[in-house]
This record gives sequence, structure tokens and C-alpha cells, in this order.
Amino acid sequence: MDLSKATLTEVVAGLNHLDFSSREVVDACLAVAEKNAGTTHAYVQVLAAEARKAADEADTRRRNSLAKSPLDGVPVAVKDNMLMVGSRTTAASAIIANYESPYDATVVRKLRGAGAILLGKTNLDEFAMGSSTETSVHGPTRNPWDLARIPGGSSGGSAVAVAEGSATIALGSDTGGSIRQPAAMCGVVGLKPTYGRVSRYGLMAMASSLDQIGPVARSVEDAAVLLGAIEGRDPMDSTSVELLPGWALPDKWPESLKGVRIGLPKEYFVSGMDPEVESSVRGAVAMLELLGAEVKEVSLPHAEHALAVYYVLMPSEVSANLARFDGIRYGVRKTGDSLEGTYRKSRGEGFGKEVRRRIMLGTYALSSGYYDAYYLQALKVRRLIAEDFNQAFQEVDCIVTPTSPVTAWNIGEKADDPLSMYLADIYTVSVNVAGLPAISVPCGLAKGLPVGLQLIGKHFDEKTILTAAKAYETAAGLRATMQPPATRYEK
Amino acid sequence: MKLTPEQVDHIATLSRLSLTDEERVRFAEQLSSVLEYVDALAKVDTAGVEPMNHSIALMNVFGADEPAPCDAATRAALLDRFPEREGDLLKVKAVFS
Repeated sequence: MDLSKATLTEVVAGLNHLDFSSREVVDACLAVAEKNAGTTHAYVQVLAAEARKAADEADTRRRNSLAKSPLDGVPVAVKDNMLMVGSRTTAASAIIANYESPYDATVVRKLRGAGAILLGKTNLDEFAMGSSTETSVHGPTRNPWDLARIPGGSSGGSAVAVAEGSATIALGSDTGGSIRQPAAMCGVVGLKPTYGRVSRYGLMAMASSLDQIGPVARSVEDAAVLLGAIEGRDPMDSTSVELLPGWALPDKWPESLKGVRIGLPKEYFVSGMDPEVESSVRGAVAMLELLGAEVKEVSLPHAEHALAVYYVLMPSEVSANLARFDGIRYGVRKTGDSLEGTYRKSRGEGFGKEVRRRIMLGTYALSSGYYDAYYLQALKVRRLIAEDFNQAFQEVDCIVTPTSPVTAWNIGEKADDPLSMYLADIYTVSVNVAGLPAISVPCGLAKGLPVGLQLIGKHFDEKTILTAAKAYETAAGLRATMQPPATRYEK
Repeated sequence: MKLTPEQVDHIATLSRLSLTDEERVRFAEQLSSVLEYVDALAKVDTAGVEPMNHSIALMNVFGADEPAPCDAATRAALLDRFPEREGDLLKVKAVFS
């Protein structure tokens, strides 16, 4: 078995049976990370020595039947906007490029406590603002399927690490699609949990009413296991919620989808979608029907406004959240001729273009005279969008859509045209606007590039979307197809 | 909504950001195209619709009103991240001058 490409489930089984060691899995992942550092560039910091030491300790525990959890000894990569003691947390921004994590994010603390091996930090768009992982101060991450292309974003590094084999599982964060879209474009599974399911303590906030941390993995089951390890109420995040018994994940997943009602939103299957993406997604829907699901058309009448709502609310929250990066308490200080001069210089030179554009958009939407027209109106339309989903969920148990209307585009193609980049988020943002859970699972290739199928569930009903995604994944049997071509690595 | 470079300057001031001359012009175009796109929201009938701040119905999450001390290591780590300091104090430019 190629340990760098093994699923979490296979790694856990192998470690349990002492077929191989954590050290061997960690070495296999580190070898891939090192080999591809100059090409795909998934990582911005690799903690090789620390990871090897932790793996040896995990192996000693395993041999003595003292494993801390099933995840003991499993290598995991963490997006570089989550605090992790022993590493820098840069959010891919010049303004905090040398910031050493002073404490652990709750998700990191939980994984550390479970014995997982923290391999390092993965690349992202600056402060997670982007759909391509191009705006990183560390330089872009490239798609292992084609190095000329973007991996998606903003959790591009995490998706690439899982796709190429430099981590068994990874954590991403998703504000408008930042876990699901790169997962789709790299041919792996990405799950955005329900808003409130996972603590965001220690995640650098982008848009607080939308942000959520979630798993990137090689299989649906792997994503479910990782979610189980990180979820739950945290006193340090007052928006996290106590999980009710009915919200727990099952130990075993049903194979048939008999009795599951799946909705196809008619508003989503319209112009703008790559025809090959559409045919791949329609093929997956036919497979869901074969598995016994009842597929019916649903309507989300306000869907067309979701992107506009998102691009008002998100920048507004960004402008407030990033006010803390002012050169005063942490990060880079560029002294000006006055206090305000210091703010403007530190922020002007410390933030990249896209971050400044979003801060300015948000500041404008919240400014005197424009607040009602933009921010307040967007909050009202937000409710209409959420009510559309509630209405649809009266008739169906989950909703299926493409994850992205297009496959991975060329690096640089949309870099200077923010609006065209934003349009690629069309199928993912409404999920964050409504706070729902959604998963992207690979459903084939279009012109040799991965396509993702998105399943959207009711609040806290991750169980239904994971069940449907798992049944689809098993029936479709795409694992061999979804391996990025190894030859592309040769320089 | 088309922004002028003067409006961009005003927003940059509110945002406490410095811009280069080139960005001033470029941002005016780019921000205008996004604003034109989101202007479509004005056409949505929202009469009687309550604004939705939060996707989950959570209100007034209270914690115990007790100080939770920071451990010495974390405190030291946070102080170490100050851009400029004098002892344990954060050094800043004068607010009034």
C-alpha cells in the first residue's frame, strides 16, 4: 500500500493491526511534501522533526495498547489561519508573516489530544479571501492535476495536501466555499459543517456569521471521522452549540438510499455552467436515483441573489474583523508621522490588494448613508434565502448541486478581475448565508480535471448528507480515477 | 454605483488604509463593478422582512461573570508578540499631541 495515499480508515486499521507504524505514514507524507514543495507548494511550514518525534511516541503508545484515540498517530495538515503552538500562523499575509502561535485553536487542541500528528501549516489565500490560493504572501499553490492551474481556494493547500498525499487528512475553513470548492477542484472530499457545530476559537476570523472549520479528506467516511474529532460546544466560542443526541454521526452507514428525498434546485441548473461539469453532476444524480433516492425538482427563488448578499455581508464583517490588524498589538508595525499614519501605513503595506478591496467594500457598505441600502437590505434578503431552503426542506431531505460551475482555471486567469472570480462561488455561498452543512464529493472528470458534487443538508443534519455522499462514493467507485497523474510531478 | 477616485480616498481613510496612485484608480473601477453587481439587491421586495444577523437561533449566550486568568506562558507569549514594548507595556505613538 502507498501509505501516502491511504485513506484515514485504512491508516487507522493498519496502525491498529501494527501492519505499519505512524512513523512510516508520517515519513511517506513528509517525502511527498518535500518533493512537491517547489511545485504544488501545499505547505507554508512543515514541522518534519516535530512530526517524526510525535509519530515515534504514538507508535510506542500503540504497541503498548495505550492509543489516545483512533486518530493517534494519524498525520494531519492544518490551514495556516488556525493557531497551532510550535508553528507560525500567518494567514498568508505580510502583516503577520512572522507571527508565532501563542496558543492552540480548539480544533488543534482536540486533534493534539487525540494523538494526531500535526505535520504543518497549509497555504491559503490571504486571510482566506479568495477562490484560488493565489493571493498568498508565500506564493501560489498549484493544482496537482495540472501545475498550470489553481487548486481552488481558499483552503487550496489543505486540498492539495490530501490530493497529492502529503497528509492523510486536513483542516480547512469555509466562509463561502473555501473547503468545498478546492476539494472539488483537487478531487477530494470537503465538508463544511453546520454553523456552530465546530468551535472557531483560534481561527483567524474572516466573516464571523459565515466562517466554519471543517475536514478535507480522501473519503466521505474519513471526513465524518475527522468531524467527530473536532465538533462540539466550546465555552471559548459562544456561537458553538451543544450537540443533541439526534445530531450524532452513526457508526455504520447505510448503503441504500431508499426513502431519502433529494432536491434539484431548478435555479441552479442554468446558464454559466461548464457543460461537462453539468453532465458529470447529472450522471451522479442518476446514480443517486439508482441507489433508491427519490429525486425531485425544488425551487430556491432567491438563489440568484445569494452571491450579492454574500458580497455585501462578507466584506462588511471582514472590515470589522480585520480592524484589529493595525500594527499596534501584534504583527508588523510601520511607523507613520501620527497614530493614524501608523495605522494606515501598517495596514496599507501589510495587506494585499484583495484584502484591501474587501475591507473597503465592507467599510463602504457599512458607512453612513449606505448602511440601509447595502448591509441592512442584504440581511433581509439573507432571511429570504434561508426561508427558501426551509421551504425546500419540507419536501426533500437534502439538496444536490454542482460544487463549482467550472473546473480549475489557469493561474493568473482571474487574478485582476475580482467579480469574475466571485462568480465561481455561485453554488457554495448560499450554504454559508443560511448556515447549512454541505459536502463536496468527487463525481468524475471534465477534460481531465476533477468535478465535485455538492450535497446540502438541513441544520445539524450532517448525517443525511454524509450517508448520501457515502452511498454515492461506494457505488461510483471513482477512487482510482481521482488520483492526480503522477507524471505531472516530473520536472 | 460608480465610485470616483475621491470617494475611494474617503473610503480608504475610513478603512485606515494607504493606497498607491495606481491602486486609487484601479480600485475605483474594481469596486464599482462589484457594487454594480450587488446593486441588484435593491430590487428585491423586502417589505416586512426581518433582517437575519445569524443563521442559528442563538441569543444572549451568557458566561459566568468570573475572571479566567491567563496562564503565565500564554501571557508571556502574547507580550512577546508586541511590535514595540517597554517591559511588559505595549509602546504606542501618542494619541494626543
